[in-house]
Amino acid sequence: MSSLTEKDRPIVQLLLNTGTCPRCILRFCCVGSQMLYRHPHEDLLKDLQEFLKNNQEKEDTVCLDVVDPPCKRMRLEHTEEGPDDLNHNRAIPQIPSVDDGNAAMESSAVKVCNVCLGILQGFCEADFVKKVCQKVNSADYQFTSFVFSVSLPPQLSVRERAAWLVVKQEMRSLGLPLAKDDIVQLKEAYKWIIHPQLSEELGVPADGKSLFEVSVVFAHPETEEECHFLATACPDCFKPAKNKQSVFTRMAVIKALEKIKEEDFLKHFPCPPSSPKNLCDALEIQCNNGAVFVAGRYNKYSRNLPQTPWIIDGERKLESSVEELISEHLMAEFRADSFNFSSSGREDVDVRTLGNGRPFAIELVNPRRIHFTAEEMKRLQQAINDSSDKIQVRDLQLVTRSAIGRMKEGEEEKTKTYSALIWTDKAIQREDIAFLDDIKELKLEQKTPLRVLHRRPLAVRCRVIHTMKSEYLDQHHFRLHLKTQAGTYIKEFVHGDFGRTKPNIGSLLNRTADILELDVESVDVDWPPTLDN
Amino acid sequence: ADVKGRPCEDFCVLQHSNRRVAICVITLAEAHPLLQSGKTIKNINYQISANCSRLQNKVSGKSKRGAQFLTELAPLCRISSSDGEEYTIYSCIRGRLIEVNENILSNPALLQEKPSTEGYIAVVLPKFEESKSVTQGLLTQKEYEEVLLKRRNSAS
Repeated sequence: MSSLTEKDRPIVQLLLNTGTCPRCILRFCCVGSQMLYRHPHEDLLKDLQEFLKNNQEKEDTVCLDVVDPPCKRMRLEHTEEGPDDLNHNRAIPQIPSVDDGNAAMESSAVKVCNVCLGILQGFCEADFVKKVCQKVNSADYQFTSFVFSVSLPPQLSVRERAAWLVVKQEMRSLGLPLAKDDIVQLKEAYKWIIHPQLSEELGVPADGKSLFEVSVVFAHPETEEECHFLATACPDCFKPAKNKQSVFTRMAVIKALEKIKEEDFLKHFPCPPSSPKNLCDALEIQCNNGAVFVAGRYNKYSRNLPQTPWIIDGERKLESSVEELISEHLMAEFRADSFNFSSSGREDVDVRTLGNGRPFAIELVNPRRIHFTAEEMKRLQQAINDSSDKIQVRDLQLVTRSAIGRMKEGEEEKTKTYSALIWTDKAIQREDIAFLDDIKELKLEQKTPLRVLHRRPLAVRCRVIHTMKSEYLDQHHFRLHLKTQAGTYIKEFVHGDFGRTKPNIGSLLNRTADILELDVESVDVDWPPTLDN
Repeated sequence: ADVKGRPCEDFCVLQHSNRRVAICVITLAEAHPLLQSGKTIKNINYQISANCSRLQNKVSGKSKRGAQFLTELAPLCRISSSDGEEYTIYSCIRGRLIEVNENILSNPALLQEKPSTEGYIAVVLPKFEESKSVTQGLLTQKEYEEVLLKRRNSAS
């Protein structure tokens, strides 16, 4: 459906007279030809005026079809009489005038549209496109596609309803009642016009699923209060505002418009809507890239390094942290706004992580750069490793968001192995600890350790020590290797935590035992995939 | 882990300082009569009054809702020895009662053999705002030892 018919004539006439722009008029006539909207609005205006001048008795269909590109302009054939062939289209090689959105205002004929408030006028044409692209290019993002999201002021819906009601009334009075109002949505028409232009300037396609989002918020302070009458008419549509945001959200306004009766609407709002003095303002043009995820495994060789920054009352208690040492380099390379660090479990400040290391994943928020080759990742890994001897990373790679789930699985389900240096008060001989090696699947009941009781609920945890292997050192020391279920508190298993972990090494050996050193020997999760570095 | 002992007239409060809140373990101090040789514990009773039994203390969640709130002189339990004496064990600090040690109910000797570890009486969690002030009225280990020294000197 791409033509204006006779029945559209009164609509066009009415809307032109009340200050509606050509593109909105096409929308109200349900014109679905995308390319038509892309014509410069001055041309469309001329075309509509021509259409109206046509002899009213003619039943001929005036075709506004467009030929294939690269034709940029369409001239409407003006016929006075005779069944001319209205289908021949002539492309006239003229340069469309590049108007500044505001320059249109100077021409006496062009007012700010009373329905779209200028959105389908200047804001979808070359100058605005340039402005948007300038912003995008200066922000220096890496992207292969884009999604353009637009936030329109809610009063547009109100104005559209108002204009539509007038049209309906007029058509009713002419004896040409309209079927269900199926007009082209403003946002849709806007995207028809602006997407190809943005796409051309930026050199990449528009894609609804793109991770790179360019967003514009439009506001029209002059008419901001036009929605307010809806609050009195349909109070239950408007929930109290959270934070400092306005109650009149787009969704709430649309809901209210669906509810309100025509008569009530007509009572409260001028129909047709008035012509505003000013165009909309385009508030911030913002760019945002979807997060990328970097995963790997880390080893911790320091007994004085927390996993996350240790800050009490604004004061840092220990220098640096595992997450900072790793993410510092990533943040710089990816040029992200912020990061979220997570790992498959954690270890205490004074515990080393040996073996293959512990799986971790870092979410980099709004990264400017998103593409890295395997080579570059390797170099990044090397840079991290060269910068600190407290930690080392391996298997550094980009992963998807869904991969994080696998890592967290590991935290709950997979086993870990440890090595503990244990002290006893009473002397021990080799024979005294040998029996530990034979104990399999030892069931423990661990009450929440005192040292974490302030931030964890009081509970009893049943955990299993799968195997143990002892290494006699001297009469008061031995090393114990253990393989345990995820979530087992090793230190408490050794010293007993006031008898709140049972059994414990002390109770098994009938002595008082304490733990001097603990190392994580392995975290038995087979993710992320091992790389050949 | 940080554990400091702050004895206070027959009772000892072990405090674990970690981050913001200092959880406390109430135990008997070395000079308590029950820890002197010759005493046998006959009975430990956590029922303080008709309505209140420390055994019924139930806490839930991280903030330990439902916990019985204790003041310094709130009794935790009463212990009677075989020679007819009865001793009341007091909380000594303000806070929520997290748990009482049920192991000493089944094995009272534990209280005398390992008073500072497995024979503890109760675990109390002070309010966040009070975690520092809660032990101000108590003596440090050193101060307690001086008190004991004075006692011995005046006794002899």
